[in-house]
Amino acid sequence: MIDVSVDLGFLKLHNPVIAASGTFGYGLEFSQALDLNRLGGFVVKGLYFSPRQGNPPPRLAETSCGLINSIGLPGIGVKQFSHEILPKLTGLQTAVIINICGENREEYASVADYLDKHEEISAYELNISCPNVKKGGICPAQNPEDTYETVKLVKNSCSTPVITKLSPNVTDISEIALSAQEGGSDALSLVNTFLAMDIDAVTRKPKLGNIMGGLSGPAIKPIALRMVYQAVRAVKIPVIGMGGIQTGRDAVEYLIAGARAVQVGTANFISPDATLQIIDEINAFCEDNHIKKVEDLIRTLDIDS
Amino acid sequence: MLSMLKNHTGKITRKEIWGDDYFLLSLEAPDISRESQPGQFVMVRTSTDPYPLLRRPFSIHGRNGSHIDIFFQKTGIGTSLLSQKQKGDPLEILGPLGNGFLLEDGTESKKVSLIGGGRGIAPLYFLAQELNKNQSKVRIFYGGRSSKDIPLLSKFKKENIETLCSTEDGSTGFQGLVTELFEQEMNSEPPSLICACGPDGMLKKVSQISEKNHIPAELSLESIMGCGFGACWGCVKKIKKENIKQWQKICEEGPVFWAHEIVWDE
Repeated sequence: MIDVSVDLGFLKLHNPVIAASGTFGYGLEFSQALDLNRLGGFVVKGLYFSPRQGNPPPRLAETSCGLINSIGLPGIGVKQFSHEILPKLTGLQTAVIINICGENREEYASVADYLDKHEEISAYELNISCPNVKKGGICPAQNPEDTYETVKLVKNSCSTPVITKLSPNVTDISEIALSAQEGGSDALSLVNTFLAMDIDAVTRKPKLGNIMGGLSGPAIKPIALRMVYQAVRAVKIPVIGMGGIQTGRDAVEYLIAGARAVQVGTANFISPDATLQIIDEINAFCEDNHIKKVEDLIRTLDIDS
Repeated sequence: MLSMLKNHTGKITRKEIWGDDYFLLSLEAPDISRESQPGQFVMVRTSTDPYPLLRRPFSIHGRNGSHIDIFFQKTGIGTSLLSQKQKGDPLEILGPLGNGFLLEDGTESKKVSLIGGGRGIAPLYFLAQELNKNQSKVRIFYGGRSSKDIPLLSKFKKENIETLCSTEDGSTGFQGLVTELFEQEMNSEPPSLICACGPDGMLKKVSQISEKNHIPAELSLESIMGCGFGACWGCVKKIKKENIKQWQKICEEGPVFWAHEIVWDE
């Protein structure tokens, strides 16, 4: 029997696989496809304080081994969420992580404050890295000071552990990772999507209604993996890695790079039970390679020999 | 667990090539066949490699015992790969998904006009089969750019489904748009319900005809889809219900909507 549990310090997961925000609804939608309790955890769709409509279509463009989206964080708002959804997430034997969003720092803090002290919430994921809500794909995670101030204000507004989700659209990921740590973040998750676009050569129109969007899927995996490797070396807090994970072996690569857990996003669209397949594949990998504990894989990249 | 979010592996049991670039695949999928309604769709993996990445949505074209048929046009990388599959090949399928045409109340013994544009004809064959079962009088209006875009004409004629066709170049049938043909013909035998599937421009025109003539219309919308089951929020259309306009997911709330609910100009 392989021990697949991982410890983030503030949170123990019974396996390292977490379903990523924006690809897993509010969790309940997937309860038809899989037993949510088998997951290490899941992150619900981003929540602003008020309900939001999202961006005009087309919202999706498929590219080579990737998907560009400009969804724009539509959602029900924090009040409806806490009345209608949160009660249904109680009693789950898995980590329930709430992805919180804001037009400004104060909105992030008010969402964090509103949902604070709910036992069923394991952690917040602070979404300061969505490329689809401000003009030009700008987000707080592109600026060290903005990152620091946002994390600090949210930390002062709640007692729930905070995971800060970083953007890959930066020159130096280590600098931003350090800013989030200095602001008091309990962990980091990275990366969010890469700012991208696609054009129809015949009509000369952008393929997305919002012109630019965020690229995800296997196309981004090598770059995301590199950024996770860099972030792990910059900070002391745990890092959750994501970007293009489709298989157990992909997940293991992130663990070796130093991630203590992983998130699976786009793969959920292709197979609703992709997360479970990945957990099974991690188990099989450990068995084949005589690894007794998944934690023994973490940060074991061999660069000396 | 509902079967719709379970991955089914269905073997291709029949392949038909219609004209230059239209294909019909019959898939063995007993659970999907049993539950499916006209207007519903399936998400098919065209490759098990990461390219193309996403499944492709196909409306259910027909049902035959434990089999379902899909009918598609080769337009891109996904449909091109699918067109190369052979009898005996397995396909990964999710479904049936979405909400189909409403058959339960009010369609019995009614006159129903089905309007299909190009590959939008696909779900209307299944619908015609089911409407025939409840004694409705069905007329199909089938249009395309030229005769090669209306390959199923012979299939409908062979099965004695009354079919009127149009081509924009006049190579077969009425010369012009299928909506123009419908407007010309509808007065001879006014339908009590219209069901349509095709490009947005055609469906918008059907909405206008429906409103002007006070004939309810059910429209099946096409969209690029990320997942097909409501998780990605990628396939939205502006829908008006009780005077509130909002983006709704075509895969989950549709793909069939009442014409008067769809907001076209925004």
